[in-house]
Amino acid sequence: MAQRTRFDWRGQDIISIRDLSREQIEDVLNHAQQIRPDPQMLVGKVMASLFFEPSTRTQLSFTTAMHRLGGRVIGFSGTEGTSIVKGESLQDTVRTIERYADVIVMRHPLEGSAQFVADTVTIPVINAGDGANQHPTQTLMDLFTIKKFHQRLDDLKIGLVGDLKYGRTVHSLAIALTRFRKIELRLISPPNLRMPPAILKELAGIVPYSETAELDLRDLDVVYVTRIQKERFPDIEEYEKVRGAYVINLKACEMLKPSAILLHPLPRVDEIAPDVDALPHAKYFDQVQNGVPVRMALLKLVLVGS
Amino acid sequence: MNGELKVSKIKNGTVIDHITAGMAPAVLKILGIERGCPDTVIVAMNVKSQRLGLKDMVKVENRALAAETVKKIAIIAPQATVNIIKEMNVVEKIHVELPRDLIGIIRCPNRNCITNSSERVVPYLTVESRDPLTMRCHYCESLVEGPAAELLL
Repeated sequence: MAQRTRFDWRGQDIISIRDLSREQIEDVLNHAQQIRPDPQMLVGKVMASLFFEPSTRTQLSFTTAMHRLGGRVIGFSGTEGTSIVKGESLQDTVRTIERYADVIVMRHPLEGSAQFVADTVTIPVINAGDGANQHPTQTLMDLFTIKKFHQRLDDLKIGLVGDLKYGRTVHSLAIALTRFRKIELRLISPPNLRMPPAILKELAGIVPYSETAELDLRDLDVVYVTRIQKERFPDIEEYEKVRGAYVINLKACEMLKPSAILLHPLPRVDEIAPDVDALPHAKYFDQVQNGVPVRMALLKLVLVGS
Repeated sequence: MNGELKVSKIKNGTVIDHITAGMAPAVLKILGIERGCPDTVIVAMNVKSQRLGLKDMVKVENRALAAETVKKIAIIAPQATVNIIKEMNVVEKIHVELPRDLIGIIRCPNRNCITNSSERVVPYLTVESRDPLTMRCHYCESLVEGPAAELLL
């Protein structure tokens, strides 16, 4: 059953979590909660899936979302075999594609590329990741997962663990959490991978936060783990030392309170031990599954409105 | 001498007054005269000012400023005033004003921003706060804090 909304989403771009108010975020999540597969909903609509960089989860879940609503998908993954390798500009590429499609979903290595494309074309654009900048649909599915298991997005203690410097998912999530009340953040990272000052400035006065290098998971409602990448360290020994200190294993999970949930944007390498998957806290595969209803809701909203 | 500033007047041209102390060289750069100019240029730095404590001043003979130039000056010297001089008299006094949208005025510092790529995209920053000055790239959302004279185009 279609849900009523006070926002006019039809034709809108989804570029950055910064563009969304609390009410808009909640509206998307409410739609995602109610949406069901409907082969008629987007029949005749075409989604252009432009992945200038490869992706497993994001691309497949957008494609799945479109198929479940009866729409069709065109596009590419990687630029091989396209005119881009001949030197065609991004601007010309998307000006061409807007003649074929009703919505563009794009991942591109350059930061700001999604906004540029949104300014260039007349059809809606959904950002599926622009370099290290934004990945708003990931943040929406993170929030959807938190709400699903805690039934609220206010009054939560949330720990962000791992690479807080380069990880765009934790930046976007932190910014999104400024829209909600009584949030407390615990920022757990090695000293060289702390949350950037620009993000901390956005939190200041709105979301109380503490920074620590110690893997302290006590009292948290949500633990959001990110991968620490080897290439961020000049010294391999330093990396090995740090990596071991931020692994979520069964022993670390003893600190968790019973209702705490463990999230991870995936892909996981070894920052969460596989035997943790069997614990009731482990919700990262539910999180990845939630990408489909969230993207179904977004595609529906921007293509046909509510 | 009673502490007053003694600087020659110009006959025709522009006086940029109330420049943030120390920013006169950046203003010369904006005017494109940091390596010399055929006309008279008078530069005063760190002179007393009732309004600013200390200020810089630049006088340029036979020069009118384009609107884009005034916007650039507003980034590095938000208190500046631009006086248009004709026949030794001030005929117009403009308080520089920083617009919200800075298009083609200042570049984004993020090397991986689309505006610094081979795509031909004009840099576009928006002013988030005037005091203290903070600007954000319209495209990649990078934050620029302070006057950032080195980023001016």
